[in-house]
Amino acid sequence: MPAPLLRVDDLRTYFHTADGLVRAVDGVSFALSPGETLGIVGESGCGKSLTCLSLLRLIDPPGRIEAGSRIRLRDRDLAEASEAEMRQIRGNEISMIFQEPMTSLNPVWTIGDQIAESVRIHRRVRPAEARARAIEMLRLVGIPNPEQRISSYPHEFSGGMRQRAMIAMALACDPSVLVADEPTTALDVTIQAEILDLLAQLQSRLGMAMVFVSHDLGVIAQIADRVLVMYAGQVVESGPADAIFNRPRHPYTEGLLRSVPRITTRLSRLAVIPGGVPSPRRWPPGCRFHPRCPYAWDRCQDDSPPFAEAEHPSRCWLEIEPQRHVGGWTTTAAPEREV
Amino acid sequence: MGTRPGAGKLGQPLLTVENLVKHFPIRAGVFARTVGFVRAVDGVSFEIRRGETLALVGESGSGKSTAALAILRLQEPTAGRVVFDGRDALKLDRSELKRLRRRVQIIFQDPFGSLNPRMTVGGMLREILSVHDLAHGAAAQKRVAELLEAVGLHAEDAIKYPHEFSGGQRQRIGIARALAVEPEFIVADEPVSALDVSVQAQVLNLLADLQERLDLTYLFITHDLSVVRHIADRVAVMYLGRVVELGDCDSLFSKPLHPYTQALLSAVTVPERGADRKRIILTGDVASPVSPPSGCPFHPRCPHPDKDEICRTEPPSLALHGAGARAACHKIGPAAGGSGPKS
Repeated sequence: MPAPLLRVDDLRTYFHTADGLVRAVDGVSFALSPGETLGIVGESGCGKSLTCLSLLRLIDPPGRIEAGSRIRLRDRDLAEASEAEMRQIRGNEISMIFQEPMTSLNPVWTIGDQIAESVRIHRRVRPAEARARAIEMLRLVGIPNPEQRISSYPHEFSGGMRQRAMIAMALACDPSVLVADEPTTALDVTIQAEILDLLAQLQSRLGMAMVFVSHDLGVIAQIADRVLVMYAGQVVESGPADAIFNRPRHPYTEGLLRSVPRITTRLSRLAVIPGGVPSPRRWPPGCRFHPRCPYAWDRCQDDSPPFAEAEHPSRCWLEIEPQRHVGGWTTTAAPEREV
Repeated sequence: MGTRPGAGKLGQPLLTVENLVKHFPIRAGVFARTVGFVRAVDGVSFEIRRGETLALVGESGSGKSTAALAILRLQEPTAGRVVFDGRDALKLDRSELKRLRRRVQIIFQDPFGSLNPRMTVGGMLREILSVHDLAHGAAAQKRVAELLEAVGLHAEDAIKYPHEFSGGQRQRIGIARALAVEPEFIVADEPVSALDVSVQAQVLNLLADLQERLDLTYLFITHDLSVVRHIADRVAVMYLGRVVELGDCDSLFSKPLHPYTQALLSAVTVPERGADRKRIILTGDVASPVSPPSGCPFHPRCPHPDKDEICRTEPPSLALHGAGARAACHKIGPAAGGSGPKS
């Protein structure tokens, strides 16, 4: 196994609000190897997007990456880097694409100018070279007639084309890590298939590593090599994608997989995870999933389970007492309750 | 969900839609002359039998939501016929329409946007009961409690405001509101699209339970084919304002006929590894409904190897291909259609 390119240790991103402390990302650790795709999956409010933004240090006050968090990219700790250093790193060594490209593209600049700008910020090149690079990138992401389309404005592009343009911009400086936060969620399925295909192709051609966040388990199953399952600001399970999907260990992962409708089978009722994601202002004590877990017993309410350093760890007391892994999910349309 | 015993006129058509058209004029210039039309719905026909769920499926811009609004006359259709339980819904006067609206209800995607933030949930439900003269006073209170419990909330929730509920709970309120008038037919427009997966399963199960208990008929509008597989008896696939395929849920999923349906099904991701599914990657974008392509609306993106002149010039009709399966494609031979993606 190659040395990790990116190594995140005990990442904690807290919001210090007037109403108290919000522990949105609470001790996330992972490693990413060159060329690898790490999928981060979980429901809204679990801290996936804030984990991504933290990697690029795009956290605004009252949010703060807490002391002791480590984000090592090669031999640099991004958690400690100055803002000037971060400006050199962002868009150059580590880039990000977002769910809604229209909000990340400047509506009054042409697509070409925006791509060329990111090249000129990081590379000492003449305008003509930057423009040539922009055309090359648009061609690379499959935009037809790039010489003409370079002069288009974002509103002249469809949703799928805008996402392609965003990818072109993010990759213009050959980053070694691409952080993709729900890049296909706003797209129709046929367009989503095109973009996933494109990302996989680009990755094998350019060799970048990718952190891919999605709430959609199907998308993660398709694109990820390894998977982190997040719940309530923490990683509750991590491992190779095959292991996560074929042999989930954590009850949350198990519940998610059973509650997703699949196109391949028809069930009259889906399994239900009762309740909803708790508020980050007050995570439940003990195991944060215990109020929704069908296996929970008193130990789960009192103590938070350990998260071992292993190939396929699960943050769950069932790891210690596997004999309690009996019964499980119901399909009753139980109401969602505050937990 | 399938056939249920005991439902009265089960299997009879409750709603018949014939050649429904909804065009929106595009106006320009100082005199606001009409310079063109957005052909949002362009000749849609289907029927829904009592007690069944028909899913209307399509990507954004396919016209599925506009079709639903036109059926309910929340948008007056440009042309076509909508027959509900034997009566032409487009010819009803105001009081007849009000009576029809008691029998037909709609649930929207965004439950928060469709709930009045200044009214308690109980107040809102009581208003519906009094507008339709269904219950007043103590009887209304009792009915509100019943409705909230039917959707898995508590009677005490009646005094709360919409913002006090989570997304899934709000969708339950949207459902309670639709049920308040004891409808027979519910149009559900992307009812679970805004919800997290674990909550989505709760709401889908609730809809299935209610259908069984109350003999409801559903028109279920969604872009999510995985959801369709679980909830629908029959499926209509829309593309650029037209139905391109219509058939029983199981046969449509196992043996899709239309190249668009095949591509759409193959593009749906499955939370499984090593699922060896053939994927058809389409190229290009959906054309604009302002100037839809001539001939078959799908032909510019169609991956069919035999695509030819007729596809570019002649719009295909929604023809019958075997038991209950209809598709609008020139290239489906009598024995064709077996090349669909494995799912």
